[in-house]
Amino acid sequence: MKALVVEDVHKRFLDLEVLKGVSMSANEGDVIALIGASGSGKSTLLRCINLLETPDSGRVYVSGELIRMRGLRNGHAVPEDQRQVDRIRSRLGMVFQSFNLWSHMTVLENVIEAPIHVLKLPRAEAVARGEALLAKVGIAEKRGHYPSHLSGGQQQRCAIARALAMEPQVMLFDEPTSALDPELVGEVLRVIRQLAEEGRTMLLVTHEMAFAREVASSVIFLHAGRIEEEGPPGQLFGAPRSERCRQFLASHLGEARRVKA
Amino acid sequence: MASKSDHSLWLDMAWGAEGWGDEFAYGLALTVQISLAGYAIGLALGLLGAFAKLSGRPWLRFIGDSYTTTIRALPELLLILLFYYAGTSALEKLLVHAGVASEDLQISPFVAAIASLGLIYGAYLADVLRGGIQAIPPGQIEAARAYGMHAPLRFRRIVFPQMIRYAIPGMGNQWLNITKDSALVSVIGAYELLSAGRGAATFTKEYIFYYSVTALGFLGLTIVSMVVFVRIERRANRGVRRA
Repeated sequence: MKALVVEDVHKRFLDLEVLKGVSMSANEGDVIALIGASGSGKSTLLRCINLLETPDSGRVYVSGELIRMRGLRNGHAVPEDQRQVDRIRSRLGMVFQSFNLWSHMTVLENVIEAPIHVLKLPRAEAVARGEALLAKVGIAEKRGHYPSHLSGGQQQRCAIARALAMEPQVMLFDEPTSALDPELVGEVLRVIRQLAEEGRTMLLVTHEMAFAREVASSVIFLHAGRIEEEGPPGQLFGAPRSERCRQFLASHLGEARRVKA
Repeated sequence: MASKSDHSLWLDMAWGAEGWGDEFAYGLALTVQISLAGYAIGLALGLLGAFAKLSGRPWLRFIGDSYTTTIRALPELLLILLFYYAGTSALEKLLVHAGVASEDLQISPFVAAIASLGLIYGAYLADVLRGGIQAIPPGQIEAARAYGMHAPLRFRRIVFPQMIRYAIPGMGNQWLNITKDSALVSVIGAYELLSAGRGAATFTKEYIFYYSVTALGFLGLTIVSMVVFVRIERRANRGVRRA
């Protein structure tokens, strides 16, 4: 069974059609990098998967379960059953560009919050799981600190631990290093690479071309709301077939050389 | 009772029939009760008002905006009078008509005072709380959604604690205002601290002394309130880096 299937997803914001029928799928253990210029729809696609944006049409399956949606007369759609959406979201781990840690909670409290209140895990179990994950991302000693006292890289690693604490079937990364100072990018990429090596199913929206090439099992290049090209990283980066993809990669080549995790 | 001769007026603040102390204590207790109850109602209405004003539904926003605009446009004294003379009689008729109350139902000035202050402060607190909710970085609420937290859970665990953090200075202000505005309800015959002061002052003609004692009562209430609010603020601001 596919971990994730997206079929013919459309999404429009006012007059702007951001996704014009996107289909893709991920098997267990796939690491899929979504690349493309700003405004190409890659973040919107990611956000349509956990319904932070509701697709106007199309279908999304998570581990075979279709998210039921109902079309509205104005061309948009709403989820049929919010509880189903909440349940599916709890199986998807989302990591945001700007971390979005809860600032009134300590690092550990951030990590155990959803496991306790959404998954109904006993507190002791959630704490044990949380501490193990904080150790894994290398910020165990920060467990009692508040997010405002951490560096950006530490905050993002905490956010990754928070997502992992849900034991998600798929991890969704929305430009996880774009808000970081250059010297902090490496520590976050190291954690993500480790997760890829463990065989986690991941979708990664990124501008780090070198990193995408290195960790992804396949790469999707989005242009103007459509999938322009997709394939294994060696092929897509090495010998892109589409002219637009070639141009995009050429303009990002400098960046690709610069970033070394 | 109080003579203007040689003995200290403070002796007349004694307890019991001979002194004014118990009257003042009773008045202060009622001021605190009216303020607390009015504030509690105000918080509930304020929260509903804030939700309405932030709602995606235009008709709800309209109700919220109308409520806060109307209340804030009118003098508090006028609202209290309006509510007491028009509101309570209408409510009494309604309750009697509906058969839930007997013919001789009469809403007391005490209850009317609490209800009208609650209605007034609900409007002010609605904007304070709305500001508190809007100050929360939207990404934090989005993160809560992304982890499958349903709306009531998000409110309880993520929105409410942070809303309080941002709203607490404004909430403290409104609390101090309501303790003072509670003095207005003496016009509809509700007894409170100012009523006690005026009673003693007019009876003894020692206006300066008894109005000063009244003032001290309000000042004391404010000082205690501030201590409490500083504690709440410190607790609500955990995790906030001081500049």
